[in-house]
Amino acid sequence: MEDKNKFVREVAEKKYEYGFTTDVQTDIIEKGLSEEVVRLISEKKQEPDWLLQFRLNAFRYWLTLEQPTWGHLKMPEIDYQAISYYADPTQKKQSTGDIDPELMKTFDKLGIPLEERMALAGTAVDAVMDSVSVKTTFREKLQEKGIIFCSISEAVREHPDLVREYLGSVVPYRDNFFAALNSAVFSDGSFVYIPKGVRCPMELSTYFRINARGTGQFERTLIVCDDDAYVSYLEGCTAPMRDENQLHAAIVEIVVKERAEVKYSTVQNWYPGDSEGKGGVLNLVTKRGHLRGANSRLSWTQVETGSAITWKYPSCVLSGDGSQAEFYSVAVTNNYQQADTGTKMIHIGKNTKSTIISKGISAGKSQNAYRGLVKVASTADGARNYSSCDSLLLGSQCGAHTFPYMDVHNETAVVEHEATTSKISEDQLFYLNQRGIDTEEAVSLIVNGYAKEVINKLPMEFAVEAQKLLGVSLEGSVG
Amino acid sequence: MKAEKQYIDFYQEVRFRLTSRSPEEMNLQREEALRTFAAKGFPSRKVERYRYANVEADFAPNYGIQLAPLSGTLPSHCFRIADAEPRIRALYNKVADTADSIVALNTMLCVDTLVVHVPKATRVEHPIQISNVLKGEQDTMVCRRILVVMDEMAEADIIITDRAASGNRFLTNQVIEVVMEEGAHLSLYEVEETHLLCTRYSNVFVRQGKNSTLHHSNLTLFNGHTRNRLDVLMQGEGSEVTANGCVIADKMQHVDNNTLIEHLVPNCQSHELYKYVLDDSAVGAFAGKVLVHEGAQKTSSKETNANLLATRTARMYTQPMLEIYADDVQCSHGSTVGQMDETALFYMRQRGIDEKEARLLLKAAFITEVIENIPLESLRDRLHVLVDKRLRGELSKCEGCKLCK
Repeated sequence: MEDKNKFVREVAEKKYEYGFTTDVQTDIIEKGLSEEVVRLISEKKQEPDWLLQFRLNAFRYWLTLEQPTWGHLKMPEIDYQAISYYADPTQKKQSTGDIDPELMKTFDKLGIPLEERMALAGTAVDAVMDSVSVKTTFREKLQEKGIIFCSISEAVREHPDLVREYLGSVVPYRDNFFAALNSAVFSDGSFVYIPKGVRCPMELSTYFRINARGTGQFERTLIVCDDDAYVSYLEGCTAPMRDENQLHAAIVEIVVKERAEVKYSTVQNWYPGDSEGKGGVLNLVTKRGHLRGANSRLSWTQVETGSAITWKYPSCVLSGDGSQAEFYSVAVTNNYQQADTGTKMIHIGKNTKSTIISKGISAGKSQNAYRGLVKVASTADGARNYSSCDSLLLGSQCGAHTFPYMDVHNETAVVEHEATTSKISEDQLFYLNQRGIDTEEAVSLIVNGYAKEVINKLPMEFAVEAQKLLGVSLEGSVG
Repeated sequence: MKAEKQYIDFYQEVRFRLTSRSPEEMNLQREEALRTFAAKGFPSRKVERYRYANVEADFAPNYGIQLAPLSGTLPSHCFRIADAEPRIRALYNKVADTADSIVALNTMLCVDTLVVHVPKATRVEHPIQISNVLKGEQDTMVCRRILVVMDEMAEADIIITDRAASGNRFLTNQVIEVVMEEGAHLSLYEVEETHLLCTRYSNVFVRQGKNSTLHHSNLTLFNGHTRNRLDVLMQGEGSEVTANGCVIADKMQHVDNNTLIEHLVPNCQSHELYKYVLDDSAVGAFAGKVLVHEGAQKTSSKETNANLLATRTARMYTQPMLEIYADDVQCSHGSTVGQMDETALFYMRQRGIDEKEARLLLKAAFITEVIENIPLESLRDRLHVLVDKRLRGELSKCEGCKLCK
């Protein structure tokens, strides 16, 4: 018991443990955004012309847009000309094919095994630092099964037809302001292709790290799961502690074909800013899955503990008849963090089903909002949705908000939504205190119990990390 | 701006006629309202609170505008604003959201205000019924204004009914302001039975004092396009609000209920229950927000919206929202969209009730929950009859009360 308390305290006192920076020679391009910069990025990545045109179209469209303001967020003004859009820490050593030992050390510190012998059984990793994928492990082993798992830049070179077919097919560049920006300047990210009938034998994972100062990260992930295939994909992220806001505007696109299944899990732990609300990552991400095939399945699980501002809605378009989608989310905000997150479930196919479970926890002076849309088109006979979003308030200065939207255009659909907001029950606290558990630990127990429904959906290693994170993020918010 | 222009032009034209017929309290507000209206124009769908309304289209047709002040003898506790106490008159346009352009339009063009004033510790035995009958040779727009002031410990029931006695187009823009002092009790019922060519914009603003209780029921039985807005500001501790609504809509009807309940102080309670039955190509919308301000501890709030869709072409938009800045609260909301229970239908048919009748029974039962919440027994009984008639399609025109005969 003594040891365990010590451990909890240690974890709590560590604050943000991934806040270090790596001193590695990084090739950073000039700050600012213009057509030349877009061309330069494309050139640096030796991209084919069609991709350059895609970027340019996106950039020109982006110029016509204004940053949206409808979120329940107080956004610091983003100067898009003060950001460098490309930072490559691997530049120096690329010729020899080895990874800079400094980089290696960084990922070791983060607990990300780049050496395959060290890897936890069953996880292949694609590590992305700033704008470039550092290394993808286990590629050969996956190749035997026909699975493609590599950085998107490599995929553009080696599998151009696949990338060209699917890139922008789920999140077109005209989707929204940040999607247009990402489409113009996206640097790296992962590409996954699971062929027909293949069950991916290990979990695939991408680890994102922002390192360089004054840069933003604009990664792009594309997952295509062909008929009857299965994949479980994990995403993790951290950034150094800096007193400036860093921008992270990513796109994740998932295509799920007939009877295929994709599980996408995120543990988001970007630097949340200090206790005064200074600095931190602005996490403005567009994530969407398209369930194209009949009876396909997609599940989003997210644990959001980091970022100064989180503004994202991992969504599902259920076009395939009988397709099923799930969204499980825990969003924790503390200090001055702000989150406006949730999901969109768009039912188009017949007998489609979706489940939304969202748990918000707000502490300190933070604001935590759930915003979700459930739309049932007139073609979606027998559609079924169940949404439940609960909020827990720890502290009298934080806010918890729920903005669900339901648009139902079909009489055979059944849509249910329920939400509750409350603080931790005094009875539960008293019960635990009575049994000799101090208040801080009792709160941590209750919070973990509250979030269990979501954390249970995560793969094992992630679940452990997520539980630890919940404890750290809420540090100091009790009493 | 075309739709706005006709109203601005009209105002410029009749400004003198308006001011000569109204008391100073109303006239003083007109110019400011004009500026708000001219600057903002009709809200588009991009304005969150008007997401489900097509305001410009509703106000675009060329209506004749009623400029007659209230006339005849008014029952006890009811006054024309010019005859009310100065203290009461001063409350005019103090509760309403003056930044809203629909309210501003009303403030600009309204000729007279009906004041209901219940003095301290007075209980009004019989319900006050305000019956609005729309009647005219040509298409008409009506700007209606009511100010209700409930002094300390006052108690009253107010029933407002909307009917149409002729078949032309009508547009009603109504603003009701309610001030409730400590310990006041008010039940405010609104019943709409008009026809498909009637458009109604109702805006109800309530300010609640300590330990006051408000019951508000809004029953849309027959209409064309309706938008009901209810804003309640709970300013006194221990106050309580119950907001009820039911909607029965078919054909091309459109009903949008938009509520905002603000808890400013601790120990207040709010309950909301809205139920919709939508048939044919009807469109229903419900957007309810409960806003709990910082420091409003021990708030209890419950919001429920249940909807029944009977056809593929009927549409329902629902949006129950919570915005909470205090931690010691119990707030919940629930919302469902579904269809009739097949097993219940089967059960009834097995017992010899034909399908049509069984469906009707189920719809009536669904609505009953809202009606049973109404404290006033006589109204409850009347509504059971009206709902039954409505569901049978027998309530397509004005019943013809003694007023129209």
